[in-house]
Amino acid sequence: MAYLELDRVAKQFGAQTVVDDFSLAVGKGEFISFLGPSGCGKTTTLQMIAGFLDPTRGAIRLEDKDLTAVHPAKRGLGIVFQSYALFPHMTAAENVAFGLEMRNVPRAERAERVRAALAMVGLAGFEDRHPRRMSGGQQQRVALARALVIKPSVLLLDEPLSNLDAKLREEMQIELRQIQRTIGTTTILVTHDQNEAMSLSDRIVVMSQGKIEQIGTPQETYEKPASAFVSQFLGKTNDFAAAVDRTATPAQVAAGSWSAPAPAGLSGPVTVSVRPERIGFGDTGLSAKIITRIFQGNHWLFQCDSECGTAIVIRQNDGQAQPVEGDAVRLTWRTEDMSVRARAGA
Amino acid sequence: MSAVAEERDARAPWALAAPALMLFVGVLLIPLAMTVMLSFHDWGQYKGIEPVFILKNWHEIATDPYYAEMFWRTFRIAILTTLLTALLGAPEAYILNRMDGRWKSFFLLVILGPLLISVVARTLGWALLFGGNNGLVNKLLMSAGVIRSPIPFMFTETGMVIALAHVMMPFMVLSVWAALQRLDPQIENAAMSLGAGPITTIRRIIMPQIMPGVLSGAIIVFSLSASAFATPAIIGGRRLKVAATLAYDEFLNTLNWPLGAAVATLLLVALVLIVVGSNALIERRYAEVFR
Ligand SMILES: Nc1ncnc2c1ncn2[C@@H]1O[C@H](COP(=O)(O)OP(=O)(O)O)[C@@H](O)[C@H]1O
Ligand SMILES: [Mg+2]
Repeated sequence: MAYLELDRVAKQFGAQTVVDDFSLAVGKGEFISFLGPSGCGKTTTLQMIAGFLDPTRGAIRLEDKDLTAVHPAKRGLGIVFQSYALFPHMTAAENVAFGLEMRNVPRAERAERVRAALAMVGLAGFEDRHPRRMSGGQQQRVALARALVIKPSVLLLDEPLSNLDAKLREEMQIELRQIQRTIGTTTILVTHDQNEAMSLSDRIVVMSQGKIEQIGTPQETYEKPASAFVSQFLGKTNDFAAAVDRTATPAQVAAGSWSAPAPAGLSGPVTVSVRPERIGFGDTGLSAKIITRIFQGNHWLFQCDSECGTAIVIRQNDGQAQPVEGDAVRLTWRTEDMSVRARAGA
Repeated sequence: MSAVAEERDARAPWALAAPALMLFVGVLLIPLAMTVMLSFHDWGQYKGIEPVFILKNWHEIATDPYYAEMFWRTFRIAILTTLLTALLGAPEAYILNRMDGRWKSFFLLVILGPLLISVVARTLGWALLFGGNNGLVNKLLMSAGVIRSPIPFMFTETGMVIALAHVMMPFMVLSVWAALQRLDPQIENAAMSLGAGPITTIRRIIMPQIMPGVLSGAIIVFSLSASAFATPAIIGGRRLKVAATLAYDEFLNTLNWPLGAAVATLLLVALVLIVVGSNALIERRYAEVFR
């Protein structure tokens, strides 16, 4: 049974539809990411769950109770804002204690819970610091502690790591995941960084222009992208124009001089999508010429000019000799490593 | 070679600042020093100003209760004006800040508009509305039978405070407005998500953060009100004098320049002390918010 449920939620600002037909069922304890480019409506969706915006259409339910009827101050959700929105005139401890004060938690218990929350995010001993005297990473941790100390039913994170530098961001990702695993809070993370979404989430909701493109585990969205947008957005990919020939037996899908048995249900023009690291050099397959070869330590990156346009190939640096620039090669891949989609407009 | 360059570097800022510095010394410091000196000179009805060094004027100010009362009135009016502008101006700025874009710029213009109109014209407006039996509002209320005798406004401290507060309001609104701009746009949502209602959010989250703005606005309004001349001159006239109007009268009516200079000097020193003192207090108190 779904813990948090969004049912055909839509949001319009004037005539502009920013979120449309958004349906999602989140299980208890699940870690979900909203992933999409800037401006695709991630924040808007999160703010509707938080209650700062009212949905134009649709329903939001928490444990089968209508959440939109509850005032945002009474929803009991923990929110970490992109800017952190810490209270600058309060110390770290006072910031974390604020939510407990609003819940009339007795002073002694409050102090203990604040101490524990700050310790959990690795800020023991920083109780009396003011936010302006803390680094970005420390402020981020205070914001997380402040959201978690009230034992929220759902934790909402709006691009919480985007203001940190790359190294700190990676550390915080690991820490965030560990904390979430430990306390088991249902979490929704908004991000435009596919690595962040993939390394943190149980499931990813890929969004584009206010619509859901795909909901799935990180592996599913990466390996079986439901649309061209998803495959492009989640890492590098090769899209080859191909065609399915149903007259042959068995039915064949062919792109240039490459062909394979066709999957059921498709015919006519299709797109064959293969990740660069799943393409190998073989004796048969798509004819191509290597244009550039870049050494990147643990792997080689090849840019090829193929019969069906530019192709990118990544090969593990396993000590084997690799083709050099100018070599004519044949590109090949296993049928389970490709996803075939009907090609629109062809 | 580097020593020469360094020497030149050290002199360059002074050379560059010299024109402005000379203007500052010429039109501010020298007249100020002369005014202070003037306050120690003697004056008589028939002999005029005598350039001697005596403490007569300062002694008179210190001992005659008339001056104590007048200075007390000056600061009382300034304090009440400051309180009134803070009480009305801070919520005004907050509401303005929450308005939609188009209305916001319109009402900002409405609030700042009065700055374009002379203080004299604005104060005369109050006089036209409330001045004695002929004031428009008084006439209306009396003919409607709401009041018997005109509301006293002219020559009252209340009138002076109201008129001054009207004149000073933009300074308070702008100062609080500037503080509101520094607020995190999500700060109210953050407080709300933690369970705070609107009143609590304003009291515990917004107020402490805009307090520095209110206080710096208060310093501006206080010092401008305590040294204001036009409004007290029109509303208070000869009957209800404040430090600025008294100094003016001593200079231009009694022609007792030394006494006027002493009053002006005392007002200046008191204001500088109050402003510098409260500024230091505020900066210490709100170090975390200012940073
Ligand atoms: N209050 C608002 N009024 C009008 N348009 C808005 C408002 N808030 C957001 N938008 C628009 O909605 C779209 C989605 O915004 P947002 O949800 O913030 O995107 P994301 O968080 O995915 O970057 C953007 O095109 C933005 O301009
Ligand atoms: Mg956003």
